[in-house]
Parts: sequence; structure tokens; C-alpha cells
Amino acid sequence: MSIGSTTPGSAATSEQTAQQTQQSRTATRHRRKAPLSEGKRQERKLGWLLCAPAAIVMVAVTAYPILYSFWLSLQRYDLRFPADRQFVWFENYVTVLSNSYWWTAFGVTMLITVVSVVVELVLGMALALIMHRTLVGRGLVRTNALIPYGIVTVVAAFSWRYAWTPGTGYLANLITPDGAPLTERGSALTIIILAEIWKTTPFMALLLMAGLALVPDDLLKAASMDGASWWQRFTKVMLPVMKPAILVALLFRTLDALRVFDNIYVLTAGANETSSVSMIAYNNLIRGLNLGIGSTMSVLIFITVAIIAFIFVKLFGTAAPGSSDDGRR
Amino acid sequence: MPAKLKWGVLDAVVIVFALIPVLWIMSLSFKTTATLTDGNFIPREWTLENYRTIFSTDQFVRALINSIGIALIATLIAVVLGTMAAYAISRLDFPGKSLLVGVSLLIAMFPQVSLVSPLFNIERQTGLFDTWPGLILPYITFALPLAIYTLSAFFKQIPWDLEKAAKMDGATQGEAFRRVIAPLAAPGVFTTAILVFIFCWNDFLFAISLTSTEQSRTVPVALSFFTGASQFEDPTGAISAAAVVITIPIILFVLFFQKRIVAGLTSGAVKG
Repeated sequence: MSIGSTTPGSAATSEQTAQQTQQSRTATRHRRKAPLSEGKRQERKLGWLLCAPAAIVMVAVTAYPILYSFWLSLQRYDLRFPADRQFVWFENYVTVLSNSYWWTAFGVTMLITVVSVVVELVLGMALALIMHRTLVGRGLVRTNALIPYGIVTVVAAFSWRYAWTPGTGYLANLITPDGAPLTERGSALTIIILAEIWKTTPFMALLLMAGLALVPDDLLKAASMDGASWWQRFTKVMLPVMKPAILVALLFRTLDALRVFDNIYVLTAGANETSSVSMIAYNNLIRGLNLGIGSTMSVLIFITVAIIAFIFVKLFGTAAPGSSDDGRR
Repeated sequence: MPAKLKWGVLDAVVIVFALIPVLWIMSLSFKTTATLTDGNFIPREWTLENYRTIFSTDQFVRALINSIGIALIATLIAVVLGTMAAYAISRLDFPGKSLLVGVSLLIAMFPQVSLVSPLFNIERQTGLFDTWPGLILPYITFALPLAIYTLSAFFKQIPWDLEKAAKMDGATQGEAFRRVIAPLAAPGVFTTAILVFIFCWNDFLFAISLTSTEQSRTVPVALSFFTGASQFEDPTGAISAAAVVITIPIILFVLFFQKRIVAGLTSGAVKG
């Protein structure tokens, strides 16, 4: 991609123009003693230019809504009693954090996140290896494996609910002959986690597979010639190259899992203490119309997610996008 | 052929894992109202009634057109903008880079439930409410963080020295980009395209809050109107049929793009 001229010109003269710009650029460099070299400045300018559209769209759409949520979280504001609206500083935070209901939901969310993300990472890696290397029907396998992720979440969740409901489903009486698995906390949570894993393992697998595509074949061949076992090739050759892909897959999957909503909403509607934090935030905001408390919960979810994301990015160090030590330049 | 057999078995496991719940939805879509709740995996009586129901009104067809248009446009724009930004992030040095990366992650982290009502107010005031751009803009916004992260992760692993090598061997800048860099970047770009498309296709929260008529209502929302209420309780058969129909574009999209995530592109690229 040409970093150089922004001069408009026809294709025929573009080479000439480029040369001219090149000359004038060297000329300016000699003439004045800029604190930054011309090349460096061009690089900065191009960097900003390339990022500007994405940055503008993201900020334009989300700046006001996010700030507004923070603002609401500092107020007592319940649409059922609009006259009581009042600025209360951090009172809402005290209310939420001292509530056992919140902490139960927090525990449930953490459990679902940790179990599903760990299982999905292992399964996703296996799936990625299969999709990447298989000799038989590659297109078929890849497309099939991605279908669970492609199905509308709410519909998929309903099919799980039907399957596990006694009377309508083929799975309901599989484990306990006359129980209703979705009405007991333990089995309901297990089913929620299973549904999450089934639905989003393909997301992990797809990202990891694209990471696998970057592993140079020669390197693998060389390693196996040097007598490296399959496991050694996997951990010493493939994993290091895939590190950035693994980070992105883990990070975004964790962010999603921490905000788990649709599956629980459909499967149990939060009964028997199976609510996640997003569920109770939704119940307060949309159902309960308590904007103050609902926004406070949103901000708390946001802070939790931010801390976890920060830890991930630190753990992966220079593999994280935008870290200063980019190498290969 | 033991190798082929081994892969065949593994493939079969994958397909079964992915497809059983899907086949269950298909089975529901072919069941008659009377046998819908009999709990049988295979329908006892087959019917196409559910499919006839969903195509008998324009509502569903119109929503299908909206969904396809909105998802395709949003995917295209998000991938282009994301590629530009990710190229800059992984290749260029400029102040504000880590700020951009950080801010985009923050946007991805904020619970979307609480962003919906302020967005609704903005769109009402700007006239974007219930239009295609009114959905495309939020989709681009919430897809961009994932796009930027995925793409920069892949651009980072590309051996950019190859570009220089190609130019030394006499390729022009354009050729070096087209023949060397573009194929290397392709797996990341197409992976991103698939993920973004699925995100836009499946979104329910924004679609239900920011639309009000057939003009821009997408399929997941149209599904919820099959009953007229917010719950999907009664017309399970019709909803299952619709779910089967709207999964087809996803399958086509993935079929089309998965070929471009190919192995061994960097063969011979890196010595030692």
C-alpha cells in the first residue's frame, strides 16, 4: 500500500508523481530540522488516517450511551416513582454490593464462565485441528461444525428447553426417570453450561483454525525430522505461533460468557437461583424499570469484565494487539 | 487406509456433536401440531404445514430481505474499517495506538442491555430509528472491536519481510501486496467476515429495540412476532421451520468463505 502521495493523478503519471513527492520529501528533510523524521511523521499520519473511520464510528455510537449509564448509576431513579429522582453518589453501589441476590448471580456467572471457557478452549482446539487437517470432506466438516454458532441463539435455546422438558423432549427422562432436570439447580446449571458449550465452541474453533493456518508447514516438517513427537510439535511450534489467536479467542469468549443471558433466559428464566448478573441487570432495567440500580449493575459487570480482560492482556504480554514490542517491522 | 479412516471417524464425531440439536429443530419443524409435544426425536407424522405458514405472509420474506441486506452491508463495512485499523495497529507506530485498542475493548465489554435505551433516544431524534442504517451503525460498532482484535492478531503473525523480498525480486508494490500479503492476510479477514456476519444475523436485542415496522425488522425479531407476544410458546412448529430456513444463508456464507481459510500458505516462507 502506497504510503506516499495524496496528490490526485492519473494512473499513467502516478509513478512520476511518486518520484516527485519522494524528491520533495528529501528536500524538506534537508531544509528544516524537524524533531521527527519525515518518514516517522508520514507513518503517524497514515496510522491515524487508517484508524480514524473505525474510531469515529465506535465513539459516535457508544460514547453517549456509556456515559449516560454511568450517570444513571449515581442516581436514585425508578420509572415507577419518577418524582423520587435524586443524585445519590455511590449509594446504589452499596445497595447492590451488600445484596446476597447479586452475589449469588455473580457466583453463577463465574461458574458458567470458568467451566464453559475451559471446556471450550480444549474442545475448540481439538475441533480446529480436525477442521484444519482432515483429509475427508473438509468443507462439509467445517461448515457443519460452524452451524451451532450460526443458529439464532434464542431458537437454539428453545430447542434445548424442549429437549429437556418432560413430556415434550427426548432427553428429559434420560438421567432421572421422573425428574424435571430444568427445575433443579444443579442439573439446570449443567444444561445451561452444556448449551453454552455446544453453541460457542465453533466460535473458538474458527478463530483457532485461522491461527493454525499461519503455522508454517516447513517448520512442522523440520521439527518432525528432528524427531519431535506430535505433542512437542504442538506445544513448541504451533502454540507459540497461535498465541495471539488464542488470546483473542479466549478474551472475546470470556467477555461473552460473563454476560451470558439468552440461554438462561430461555432455559430457566433464572428460577432456582440460576440467574446470571446480566439477567438481574435486565430484570431491573427493562422489567423493573429501576434505571438507577440496573445501570449500577451494568457498570459493575463492566468493571468485572474489564479486570478480567486486563489480566488476560497482561498474561499474554507482547502477544496482545497494539503492545509496543511488535517485532517484525 | 488407516489415516483416512481415522479422519472419517473424527469427522463423524464432529458432525454428530454439531448436528443433533439441529436435527431436533428440524424434526420439530416437520411435526404436526398434534404430535409436536410427543417427545419423539423422529416425527411420527410428517407435514410441510409449518413451512407453508411462514411463507404465506410477506412478513417473513420481508424480514429475510432486511436481515440479508443489513448483515451483508454491516459485515462489509466492519471488515473494511477493521482491516484498515488493524493494519495500522500491527504495522505502524503512532501515538494513541494503545488508547484505540483499549477503547475498542471497553466498548466490547459494556453490557449491551444498558446501551439500548440511550441508543433508542438518539435514533428517535436523528431519524435513524426503524431504518437500515439505524441497525447497520450499531452492528458495525459492536463488531469492530472483535474485527480489530482478530485482524491485528493475524497481521502480527504475517512475515512482512516477504513483501520486501518480493519487491527485491522485481515485483511492484501492488504486486507484492496482491500476490504476497493479501493471500497471507486472507484467513484472518475471512474468519472475521464469518464471525461478524453471524453476529449481525443473530442479534435480537438491538433489532427489537431499534425497529418498529416491517421496513427494517430482521428475522430474529419477526420470529418473536409469530405469537404477537414476546414469548415463543405456542407456534413452536412455525418457529422451528423459520429457524431452519434462516440457517441456510449462514450455511451458504460459511461454505463460500471457509475455503479461503487454507492451510500452509506460509509454506517455505520462513527459514528455520
